[in-house]
Amino acid sequence: MATASDIDRPAAGEFRPKPDQPPPALSVGPLAWVKRNLFGSRFDSLLTLACLAALYYLVPAVWRWAVAEATFVGDSREACAPNPGACWVFVNVRIEQFIYGFYPQAERWRANVVVLLGLGSLTYALSEAMPWRKWVALFLILPYPVLAYILLLGGMFGLPPVETRLWGGLLLTLIIASVGISASLPLGIALALGRRSKMPVIQLLSIGFIEFVRAVPLITVLFMASVVLPLFLPPGSNFDQLLRALIGVSLFAAAYMAEVVRGGLQAVPKGQTEAAAALGLGYWSTMRLIVLPQALRYVIPAIVSNFIGLFKDTTLVLIIGLSDLLQMVKLATTDSKWIGLATEGYAFAGAVFFVFCFGMSRYSLYLERKLGTGYRR
Amino acid sequence: MAQAGNRAASLASGADDEVIVQLSRVNKWYGAFHVLKDIDLTVYRGERIVICGPSGSGKSTLIRCINRLEEHQCGQIVVDGVELSNDLKNIDRIRSEVGMVFQSFNLFPHLTVLENCVLAPIWVRRMPRRQAEEVAMQYLTRVKIPEQAGKFPLQLSGGQQQRVAIARALCMNPKVMLFDEPTSALDPEMIKEVLDVMVELAREGMTMLCVTHEMGFARTVADRVIFMDRGEIVEQNRPEEFFANPKSERTRLFLSQILGH
Repeated sequence: MATASDIDRPAAGEFRPKPDQPPPALSVGPLAWVKRNLFGSRFDSLLTLACLAALYYLVPAVWRWAVAEATFVGDSREACAPNPGACWVFVNVRIEQFIYGFYPQAERWRANVVVLLGLGSLTYALSEAMPWRKWVALFLILPYPVLAYILLLGGMFGLPPVETRLWGGLLLTLIIASVGISASLPLGIALALGRRSKMPVIQLLSIGFIEFVRAVPLITVLFMASVVLPLFLPPGSNFDQLLRALIGVSLFAAAYMAEVVRGGLQAVPKGQTEAAAALGLGYWSTMRLIVLPQALRYVIPAIVSNFIGLFKDTTLVLIIGLSDLLQMVKLATTDSKWIGLATEGYAFAGAVFFVFCFGMSRYSLYLERKLGTGYRR
Repeated sequence: MAQAGNRAASLASGADDEVIVQLSRVNKWYGAFHVLKDIDLTVYRGERIVICGPSGSGKSTLIRCINRLEEHQCGQIVVDGVELSNDLKNIDRIRSEVGMVFQSFNLFPHLTVLENCVLAPIWVRRMPRRQAEEVAMQYLTRVKIPEQAGKFPLQLSGGQQQRVAIARALCMNPKVMLFDEPTSALDPEMIKEVLDVMVELAREGMTMLCVTHEMGFARTVADRVIFMDRGEIVEQNRPEEFFANPKSERTRLFLSQILGH
């Protein structure tokens, strides 16, 4: 009698799997990549050729202007006269103002310490496999802001005071951006949790705040913080202009962050909170250990996108009389000695912004890859 | 009466006299839909109960009420001497004594298998990490996947994930285990590995309430089989009696449907 297995495999004996064959020619390797990605179809080939043509015209022109025919050394505009390209001397001469604003020359070491210490420990805390990473991160969260505050503002421990209206340039941009970034994430998380809260008062307050702030442009928020707020304060009280900007920017960014985080919270399946509840975890433990780690992971791209937007929005503080990097560049271009060199100034400012924003973007990609471990099957 | 009879049955199979879960006249509505109607149920320590019934009969809701994943609107639920009320402290206390296994596993995907298991002992029981990890490895060994401790849940098969979920619940050293259709989301060849773990657990004397359609499991393991329909307990009996002589017509119909193929 023939059984089912006999019919499947009429030749008697063990099942022997076929040996693996190599893939067909031109399906792996660099040539295959070029074929698949650049010349995949007739339209792709057309696009590739068009792009190559555009690069052929653009790259040499930019190169000539920015490097080949540009002037790098010198101390006045006259040094640039012989070369038709960019006059980087302008940026060279003004670089200190671009970086520090009007921060007094003798005290600039304090700004240097703050920025280098901040960026240094941030890079350290973010890199993997470094010993004591957690302690460095803790240093950034707790003592560092106090240290930065004391060093920058002075007026104690024998440091001469430096008023905030003198702060400017890249230093100011970095201060506003880092305060905004580090305040908006926790505030945004709190607002997002508040909006999903079962307690009506908290929910209402969160919704009210988020919707109100999102409905108003940042310029208006800053303007109100600068002009309207003093009307409500007792006369004679001196409320620092920079502090107003910091509060305005942080609250504004927090409202956007709240909605991003809420999107992440909604993406976490209900089963997760149920499983946590079934194990006896309370609300805060569940949020901290189970829900938020997953929710934030889903929205890393959107969070970093918000950070980048915030970094660039800091340029709006010029509206209330603060001189960030862009404003310093603008001021320099109106200097009669350097008139007509706005392109060089803005190209420099653009390059600085690009470095920071691109850095954040790359870190976000790295973070996604790293945290995606458990999700890859 | 019936209750006493069940009790006798339970006692005969090794359950002791102590009541661990007591539901009296429990009612629940989803909006206007009356999902649980006057449920009376007493579970003794060490008892293994299988709850079956057609979908929508309220069996999942019933066991989810026992650890307050669902709130009942009237009646009384007492677990291990503590009554479930709106008191959050009581709820968390009961939940930490009642283990639950879900149909869809609900493992925490951002944590490794071991971290899944030690999370609650560390944060709820305040157990030192090293001790929690030792306990977790013991239970992972018992469900036969100690070698997967460092992996993430989504890297495991469904059957393995469900066994991790069982180990995770056991790590809290629960007094009762609730199973909500633990094998319904599994491929056929993985059902057995999960059922084997559950059978072993039953053999060790764990108090279990199990919503399942695995009638073979009910036959071999259960002290009592409960049949529910439309929010009511229609019939409950020892498995031999339940399968051989179902008392109600509804039970007979249900059994013929699930055993008939």
